Amino acid sequence: MINKSSDGPAVRARGLAVRRGPTRVLDGLDFAVAGGSVTGLLGPSGCGKTTLMRAVVGAQAKVTGTLDVLGRPAGSRELRHRIGYVTQAPSVYLDLTVQQNLDYYAAVLGMPRPERRERVERTLADVDLTRHAGALTGVLSGGQRSRVSLAVALLGTPDLLVLDEPTVGLDPVLRRSLWDLFHRLAAERGTTLLISSHVMDEADRCDRLLLLREGHLLAEGTPAELRGRTGAQSIEDAFLRLVAGEGGAR
Amino acid sequence: MNAARTLATARRVLRQLRHDPRTIALLLLVPVLLLVLLRYVFDADRAAFDRIGSSLLGIFPMVTMFLVTSIATLRERTSGTLERLLTMPLGKGDLIAGYALAFGVLAVAQAGVATGVALWFLDLDVAGSPWLLLLVALLNALLGTALGLFVSAFAASEFQAVQFMPAVIFPQILLCGLFTPRDRMQPVLEYVSDVLPMSYSVDGMEQVLRHAEPTGDYWRDILVVAAFALGLLALGAATLRRRTA
Repeated sequence: MINKSSDGPAVRARGLAVRRGPTRVLDGLDFAVAGGSVTGLLGPSGCGKTTLMRAVVGAQAKVTGTLDVLGRPAGSRELRHRIGYVTQAPSVYLDLTVQQNLDYYAAVLGMPRPERRERVERTLADVDLTRHAGALTGVLSGGQRSRVSLAVALLGTPDLLVLDEPTVGLDPVLRRSLWDLFHRLAAERGTTLLISSHVMDEADRCDRLLLLREGHLLAEGTPAELRGRTGAQSIEDAFLRLVAGEGGAR
Repeated sequence: MNAARTLATARRVLRQLRHDPRTIALLLLVPVLLLVLLRYVFDADRAAFDRIGSSLLGIFPMVTMFLVTSIATLRERTSGTLERLLTMPLGKGDLIAGYALAFGVLAVAQAGVATGVALWFLDLDVAGSPWLLLLVALLNALLGTALGLFVSAFAASEFQAVQFMPAVIFPQILLCGLFTPRDRMQPVLEYVSDVLPMSYSVDGMEQVLRHAEPTGDYWRDILVVAAFALGLLALGAATLRRRTA
């Protein structure tokens, strides 16, 4: 396996900026995502989380600055085998069964047929959808659909998983089990996970955090560091204090 | 391009359709019912039925595949599945060829049923071989698929996509020689009709209608329609962008 935690950061950005028309959606970001870590990308809706994730997976146009992913420029052809990306809205085919969805995406990943069946079964078990394998994706609940979408990203055992708000609207029990799965992937396979959320209380489930607001980086560090640095009780408080401090500094 | 990924894409598109039996029924039955209608509209003028009926056998697959493809591709763009696929190791050509293959299979079924009914139940009188009719129909279906893929890039909603049908297809139907011979149109329109692919498919159908053996004009028509289809498929592939705003 390449790019374990020892090989340096899985994602490194220098002066990363994204324009949409006249506005700068992301403005001069510098950060690193440690390999093999679970890194949370936190910030309110509209702060640029999705744009940042799209830049990392190579789906975003008009990106300037340096953005290296797994040691290569973001969007490189070689990375398409190594990154799993889950968009906020489940990007799966509603008029296929769960199994048919996974089967197709596995074929796109170039998995040979005998291996495919076994991988699909294992992935369905990972996201707790084995019972629904034969169900039409369109009849599933919102939470189940987003797990189908997550399963697609897990299929290829990627080195980097980019998950855009994967736990929104899920039952707390399931949310806990998904976070357990994320940490298991990081620990057992050395997968790096970049997970966005606008819910600050998910922060403590992450190894490291990137706090984003209005297109720029407020702070970066472990949850404990960020609380310690600001003297706050929670990440939400830390966020507020960082915003207030920034206002004063300007 | 990768054969396994192209075939997987075609199979996926067909599987999606299989979950939608009503669409399949409409695709297969509507052309047949319209031909039956046409047969009795021209009850007293069998020559007109032969001429218009054979042309329609070429036009149906083009129109239906245009509609089906533009909506299917638009759905792929708006649902996020296209964005996901393009971050994965799937070539744009694999996706386009997969669609063309799946809808080609569908078109063969559609044209087969329509041609069979027209020849054996409605006594459409054609001098040439039905296989030559089927070949034109298949190429027309690919042309419809290619046009649909291409225009879906310019449609932001299903409403817009559906409106491209009258905008792109109707002028071709008016100018293809079905209503009046092309050389009797206003000269500018005749030149325009010379560069529209449907003119060649309708002419190809007429060649089969009038000649027992495939003529040189027939092969020219086939080549022109095929070249248009391939060219538009390539343009359609060019409208797919891995990076979007």
